[in-house]
Amino acid sequence: MNIVYLHRCGGAVPHSITTASNLYSRKARLRLLLGFLLLLSIYSQGQTDIDALMMKKNELCAGLMYTTSSWSSYWEGTLERENKNLGTVSTNMLAAMGNFGVRKNVNLLFGIPYIETQATGGTLKGFKGIQDLSLWAKWRALHWTEGNKLASLFALGGYSLPASNYVADYLPLSIGLRSKNVYLRGMTDLKYKIWFLTFSGTYIQRSNITIDREAYYTTEMVYSNQVAMPDQTQLNLRMGYRGKELIVEWISDRMTTLGGFDITRNNMPFPSNRMNMTRTGFQVRYEPKKLNGFTFYASANKVIEGRNVGQSTSYSGGVFYILNFSKKETENTENSSK
Amino acid sequence: MKSLYLTIFFGLLLIASSCNEDVTSENLEFPSLAPGNPDANAGTWKPILLTSKTEFSVTAPAAVTSSEYIAQVNEVKSWQKELTGSEKELLTYWGAGAVLRWNEIMRQLVAKHNRAPIENSDGTYAIPNASNPLAYPTFPFANPPYAARAYAYVSAAQYDALIAAYHYKQVYQRQGPSKVDAGVKELLPASTLPSYPSEDAVVTGVTVELLNLLFPGDQDFIRSKAEEHRRARLLSGGNVRSDLDAGEALGKAVAGKFIARARTDKAGGAVGITNGVNKWLEFEQSAQARGEIAWVSQDAPKRPPMLPYFGRVKAFLFDSTTMVNQIRPPAPPSTSSEQFKKETEEVLYYSQNPTRERFRIVHYWADGVGTYTPPGHWNAIAAEEIVKLNWSEVRWARAMAYLNMSMMDAAIACWDAKFYYYNPRPSQVDSRIKTLTGLPNFPSYISGHSTFSGAAATILGHLIPKKAEAFEEMATEASLSRLYGAIHYRSDCEKGLETGNKIGAFAIQKALADGSGQP
Repeated sequence: MNIVYLHRCGGAVPHSITTASNLYSRKARLRLLLGFLLLLSIYSQGQTDIDALMMKKNELCAGLMYTTSSWSSYWEGTLERENKNLGTVSTNMLAAMGNFGVRKNVNLLFGIPYIETQATGGTLKGFKGIQDLSLWAKWRALHWTEGNKLASLFALGGYSLPASNYVADYLPLSIGLRSKNVYLRGMTDLKYKIWFLTFSGTYIQRSNITIDREAYYTTEMVYSNQVAMPDQTQLNLRMGYRGKELIVEWISDRMTTLGGFDITRNNMPFPSNRMNMTRTGFQVRYEPKKLNGFTFYASANKVIEGRNVGQSTSYSGGVFYILNFSKKETENTENSSK
Repeated sequence: MKSLYLTIFFGLLLIASSCNEDVTSENLEFPSLAPGNPDANAGTWKPILLTSKTEFSVTAPAAVTSSEYIAQVNEVKSWQKELTGSEKELLTYWGAGAVLRWNEIMRQLVAKHNRAPIENSDGTYAIPNASNPLAYPTFPFANPPYAARAYAYVSAAQYDALIAAYHYKQVYQRQGPSKVDAGVKELLPASTLPSYPSEDAVVTGVTVELLNLLFPGDQDFIRSKAEEHRRARLLSGGNVRSDLDAGEALGKAVAGKFIARARTDKAGGAVGITNGVNKWLEFEQSAQARGEIAWVSQDAPKRPPMLPYFGRVKAFLFDSTTMVNQIRPPAPPSTSSEQFKKETEEVLYYSQNPTRERFRIVHYWADGVGTYTPPGHWNAIAAEEIVKLNWSEVRWARAMAYLNMSMMDAAIACWDAKFYYYNPRPSQVDSRIKTLTGLPNFPSYISGHSTFSGAAATILGHLIPKKAEAFEEMATEASLSRLYGAIHYRSDCEKGLETGNKIGAFAIQKALADGSGQP
């Protein structure tokens, strides 16, 4: 997870919800998938680790984001199917997120979600709990403006780790995958008048995880409670309108797992499955002048293509508030406009 | 300053990202087999199915002075000249022991095939077909009863084949090439036993035949493992080609005897569906006639129960009369009784109040879809202990034979009870009960995990007395895991353990009378 960029306000977007979507493991996998998807959608909100917005120095933007996500069909390997023993798998997530301006071009972000999963079919019990804490540093390394044109380059680094002792090996209903992840992201932001385009590429390195059993079958038997989690990459493209009060953007996101195995026919999913997905959606961010300090988010996205994940549709909404800790008013350093 | 902090931050990320470790499968680190006691007299032990150790003959080997033998020794020397990396890996792997490695291979095949077929578009389910194993649904569906029977046949046949091989070793007294020719290196600990016929090869011979029957879609994989094993033995300096040929031939002959039994043990009719007719509905009608709530499948769409006539399969340790009179547990609490209500409420409690520790227990013992099943788990537990004991191949085989015959017979007795009583699952009678693991598609009473574990812990505790208490604790935890998982009542678990213990006692009786002088 951890793909969040904070523009002015926001936080580190939970990332792992997306990967948790292995369907094969029946209910457990479905649950996890849903959770992942939900988390992903949350993270893709504004002023997160994946947008080009920056908080001013000494400003803290913090808030809550709620996401609901569900799917009734999923990809077993590359085969799309439904599973009546899972029915519709849904994930609800409430995440606390924040973004602090260390300097005008350096922000620190955090995010931590609470997640609940459930399936409408079958007998499997849903899970709930606090998932992973993610921390990010966002550095706007280059910033160039000329007239109504703007270009920036960002470097971001993130780290996430489980914030509770939740169960990973219960896909699709587990709330996360438990790996400790390191994120390295490069991002560029271009703007002309009110139109912008932001593109980022991320490498996600995932640690091994520990599961509750001492042997498992991938494409062969492994006698260990350790599971090697293949690394992932993420490409994210967002473009649209960016005004002073309102940002409306279309987002497309591709998550690729660099290894792992497919869920076999009618099998359960497993944390180290090859989980890929392409999502598309839109997001609105509104910072009304009349309500000084408040920012509102709404977003929706859908998985349009995937492998070993649920075909989920997610909706998010959030509210954030900016606190200024500097003694004097600082100059507005928002990257986005002008 | 800013750039310094950033440098430190990204530097820490790079350090963290370099901390990925490979996952090593622990079975690959088992040491080479170097038996403390070679069990040279094992040719006198009592086999399971063979009428005598000489039921199948082994021809006399060529003398070590013959040109034929010298050519075979030279073949070993040429193999040993330059070992490739993969050849060294083969030695390390197969050096840990033939019974162990083939048991692991079988566990892997079970895990690969332990998946129920998906429904057809009309809501029915296709039945895997042994004569067309690669067509979906692939054959077999290696569910727990199927797996228990597979482990038992392979293990018992390995034991008989080894008894015969140990007999002929003493008859022919031909030593291995490293003892005959000092130019042959001992790349694995050399056995003090005569090498003709090879114990490794007799295990391969018997196992390949049985696995080809039980997992007919995996014959290429099975053959490749057999070829690896043969190569490892030639590389090791412990065997020449004729040791291996004689062993494989003897193993194949012994396998024939077990295959003949398997074809007539009634497992073929266990599905209970003939020409589309659901014969098993007689169990439902019987439960209803007794005034009980009958089990109903909670799969969607409803799936016929798993192997309803597995209880009629011919057991290894007792006959069907003994099973009904001495082993079948008493009736469970009536579904209209206070006791049943109380036990259902207890399940609801565990469903609604999971703790992280109970989750651990549930998932540690779940052994569900895509795993080697509970019998496979007990094979893994046994193997991990026996590796530490430096047992000979034949003693390995003896332990695995008694363990797996116990668990196959536990499956038979458990399935007999499940379908005789046809008791509903807790989540069937109370829809508030959500399960913490997959809900098995067959009646509740008695718990399969408990029966398997009771039988396994009892026989293993006899074979390895110093671990008896630990095995018993494991069995109790495995049994309770099904209550914690909200898929079984307490009665299912307790009666399952008791029934399993009884079956383990039958195995102990047999073990004490086999002339091995071992527990």
